[in-house]
Amino acid sequence: MKRKHKVALTQLVLLVVTVGGWQLGAQRGWIDPFFFPSPASIIERLGEWFSSPQIWTDLGVTLLETTLSFVFGIGGGIVLGLWLGLSAYAAAVLNPFLKVFNAIPRVLLAPIYVLWFGLGLASKVALGLTLVFFVAFFNTLQGVREVNPVVLANARLLKASKWALLKHVYLPSAASWITSSLRVSVGLAVMGAVVAEYLGSSMGLGHMIAQAEGVMDATGVFAGLVLLSAFVVALDALVDRLEKHLLVWRPQQQNDEEVALATH
Amino acid sequence: MKMQRGPTAVELSDVAVKFGSFTAVRNVNLSVDDGEFVAVVGPTGCGKSTILNLVTGLLPAAAGEVRVFGQKLSGLNGDAGYMLQQEALLPWKTALDNVGLGLVFRGASMEEARRQARPWMAKVGLKGFEERYIHQLSGGQRKRVAMAQTLIMSPKIVLMDEPFSALDVHTRRLMHRILLDLWQEEKRSLIFITHDLEEAIALADRVVILSAGPAATVVGEVQITLPRPRNVSALATTDEFLRLYRELWSLLGAEVEKSYRNQDVNIPAKEDNHKEHAHETQA
Repeated sequence: MKRKHKVALTQLVLLVVTVGGWQLGAQRGWIDPFFFPSPASIIERLGEWFSSPQIWTDLGVTLLETTLSFVFGIGGGIVLGLWLGLSAYAAAVLNPFLKVFNAIPRVLLAPIYVLWFGLGLASKVALGLTLVFFVAFFNTLQGVREVNPVVLANARLLKASKWALLKHVYLPSAASWITSSLRVSVGLAVMGAVVAEYLGSSMGLGHMIAQAEGVMDATGVFAGLVLLSAFVVALDALVDRLEKHLLVWRPQQQNDEEVALATH
Repeated sequence: MKMQRGPTAVELSDVAVKFGSFTAVRNVNLSVDDGEFVAVVGPTGCGKSTILNLVTGLLPAAAGEVRVFGQKLSGLNGDAGYMLQQEALLPWKTALDNVGLGLVFRGASMEEARRQARPWMAKVGLKGFEERYIHQLSGGQRKRVAMAQTLIMSPKIVLMDEPFSALDVHTRRLMHRILLDLWQEEKRSLIFITHDLEEAIALADRVVILSAGPAATVVGEVQITLPRPRNVSALATTDEFLRLYRELWSLLGAEVEKSYRNQDVNIPAKEDNHKEHAHETQA
């Protein structure tokens, strides 16, 4: 308990010193507010944004794109991961292709997707989906391959059908791998959506940042970044809950606090 | 001297198992009566587990034949329940759901499986632990869940492969008591593999000794005349127990030495090896 308080206090001090120092520096002219706008002006800008209803549309669009990329990326990854995990033949055939595809820096697919799917929602979802897909796929594959052979043998001895094995053994085993990777996936889904918006769109957080950048408005860019990280932290908290719910059967992490600190 | 209990549940006649050019077991003759408790002992690597795999039908016999209740076994043995040596429970299911797992695989609904599994949790002394996950159970508790998981399917033949070898002595005694109680309640044929002679004597009706591998075969058997129900913890110091122990060791000791020699372990004299096994000194 005592340690927890100490940590919280140190965090507070760190925050106050950094933000306070930044604010002071900007006011005194030690740092150029053109490049590093003061925290007060960023907060002011956020206030301006939130006084108009337009911001909710932008946030809503980014959230929708993120959610769709996340759901379809994870879904597709799981299906392909299960298939390749269970069929050695399919895995042998497709492995080199997947490796090549995985080697492409996927963010660079964004311009192609804009060409293919236009400036609307589809191109954003396509990029986010591509990013999430590979994480889910590799984790599912790993989960299926790492099923304890003794557990598998025992289930077979209890006369489990193929379908039952999939439902009671393979999927839950893979699920622990997938859920562990959910946080990474959420981050990637947001990244896909925002980067695609940034490159060309008329709505969304990425669009707001691109607009601010277009008029050399550093305050707008910073405000966008602050908003974006708040957005990801909120989604992260949701994933946290989901993970706790899905992995109740797992031994508790010995040091929850440190794990939380390392990932946030 | 053999008690007649009914038809023969399992009969291996002149069975051999080969992996390529390697012969694991040969000329194995073993019959287990309906409701009989047979323990199989032998030096490490002698193919004890091979015999269980033959009876489940996981492993085909290269020669000879396996009969189950008079029928020649082809494919998997539907009458057998197999409790493995290693931990094989599903960590993402509760103890209760693990016990009912086979019923679900057989087509029962989740609710039905839980309803039937509940009394089994009580039978193995785990009432109140139904909702625990596997990592929340001790080694002995896990074994009891595994035991219930195997027995709930009411297999006519139960196969156990060194099920308690990883447990400490006291927990093992507790497991013996629970196993004997369950077996006494509803007698099924039981083939119990172990390397522990005390365990074999305390539990079984008959102990079968395998020779050192490769090409292991049955070198003898000893009828265990101790009356039932047995008090597992008091048994080990009785004269009858020690007599049986000596008789078994006279058959097994030579085989154990052979297996050591195969592994290039140097054992100077026979007597030293003998003393490692505790009860001789108490006699």
